[in-house]
Amino acid sequence: MNDGFKAFWAVLTVLAVIVVFWYAACIPMNIKGVLTEQERAGAEVQPPSAKDRRDMSEFGLVLNNSFAIPATWEQDRPRLPAPHQVAVEMWETTVQKKITSKRSLIYHGWVTLSATILGFVIGTGLGVLLAVGIVHSRVMDLSVMPWAIVSQTIPIIALAPMIIVVLYSVGIQGIIPKAVISAYLSFFPVVVGMVKGLRSPDAMQLDLLRTYSASRSQGFWKLRLPASMPYLFTSLKIGIAASLVGAIVGELPTGAVAGLGARLLAGSYYGQTVQIWSALFAAAILAACLVGLLGLVERKVLKRMGMAQ
Amino acid sequence: MNTESTTQPVIEARQLDLTFQTNDGPIHALKDVNLTVDKGEFVSFIGPSGCGKTTFLRCIAALETPTGGTLTVNGMTPDEARRNRAYGYVFQAAGLYPWRTIAKNIKLPLEIMGYSTTEQNERVRSVLELVDLEGFGGKFPWQLSGGMQQRASIARALAFDADILLMDEPFGALDEIVRDHLNEQLLALWARTEKTIGFVTHSIPEAVYLSTKIVVMSPRPGRITDVIDSPLPKERPLDIRDTPEFIEVAHRVREGLRAGHADDE
Repeated sequence: MNDGFKAFWAVLTVLAVIVVFWYAACIPMNIKGVLTEQERAGAEVQPPSAKDRRDMSEFGLVLNNSFAIPATWEQDRPRLPAPHQVAVEMWETTVQKKITSKRSLIYHGWVTLSATILGFVIGTGLGVLLAVGIVHSRVMDLSVMPWAIVSQTIPIIALAPMIIVVLYSVGIQGIIPKAVISAYLSFFPVVVGMVKGLRSPDAMQLDLLRTYSASRSQGFWKLRLPASMPYLFTSLKIGIAASLVGAIVGELPTGAVAGLGARLLAGSYYGQTVQIWSALFAAAILAACLVGLLGLVERKVLKRMGMAQ
Repeated sequence: MNTESTTQPVIEARQLDLTFQTNDGPIHALKDVNLTVDKGEFVSFIGPSGCGKTTFLRCIAALETPTGGTLTVNGMTPDEARRNRAYGYVFQAAGLYPWRTIAKNIKLPLEIMGYSTTEQNERVRSVLELVDLEGFGGKFPWQLSGGMQQRASIARALAFDADILLMDEPFGALDEIVRDHLNEQLLALWARTEKTIGFVTHSIPEAVYLSTKIVVMSPRPGRITDVIDSPLPKERPLDIRDTPEFIEVAHRVREGLRAGHADDE
């Protein structure tokens, strides 16, 4: 067996364990609701009194009513939906819906993705500029860096509504406020990574440039910037994931109009757990794709630069 | 060596002093250093760590500023000499940029100094030939062995044709066989280019094999304890190291090092 094959089986095994655990968890999580439904449908459940059942542990109920186990995986509004229910919901809201439909996950995913990308671009640009300033100016190092750190200690969930309200009051709405929140989250890893990257050339490298009487800008373009590339890509991968979180959080206070955040919020309003979980998975898949895409670009760029073998 | 010539010395240090201010108090890195290096000489600086040999080389390169005395390079201050591209510097590590090919690495100083592209290509070709790396210009540093990388870094220092080559333990990180080979090549290169070379090492055979002048230094404070003008001929095959003359010079260097050490131990 070659390594790729082994890795494939390892991934599959982990996935299988998670799925088995998930199905098992659905049984105690959903048993009370299922028994209430079954009782209404005329089945005999143990104990028969709803009040007694409420005081019993979920595991006791499962032991007494093992006939009801399959039903815990088929509820309309389960506490915890089973994997196949989420999969079916995702299938129906992606492949089987028109992209323009308000119930299409692809439509909502695109709304979130566009804000994510805009925010990521703004955040990355800002992060790189700040890092360049911090590396070249002692004043900026002392004055900007503490604020950049403080900015990340404020919970974004508290800050997001304020950003939206403030921007709305000056007439800005739609994608921009969400992108601003995305940028707010994604600039930080870029600043930290780029500062480290731009400072990564050692004393010998800097001395070498001094022996050529190189100017500061020559030092930047010929040494510091290329040397920072591996650091930049690591930061970008963290930044794009943070951007997605920012865009989703930015969709929550706007009244749940569109986007994956809106799907999450609407799902929790109406107890649509299956919808919540499918939106969560859509966000996770989107994040994985974005990070994967950046990883691909990273490999290509570094290989072209001769920095990866 | 023709010492009768009236040309000015290439490097001249008079009463040179350098004290570093550190948190643990001042460190006297160089004290009363007097040295004259003439054009075309191969000067080795040898001594235990902390004796100031690297610091002295860095002073010549204007990477450190002496706190006392005078130092001239080609009759100028070290700073002016640097701006006039008086020297190429080779560090202990090759320090090639991993994102540049060997040819592009050698072009780095030429780009910074504003040479035209045709001139750059011409010089890269000629220095690659000089260090025996023809055909490796398109390779990335990681594709070369440590010895080849160090040769490429020597080529980079030679690219802008400075009269002086300053080398700070350039072969210190390489194994003995590679080192012997590079020493031989360096002598051939020196004979072809007639450059003045300042060479820091802590290997006695290396210093004796390469140099026309050996400067023995000792630490705390860093100072020169002996300057030995080598009686060996300019033509030096590797087996010159078994001749009585070679062994005698090596012995004198060892004595100088021991004398410097006896003071504080």
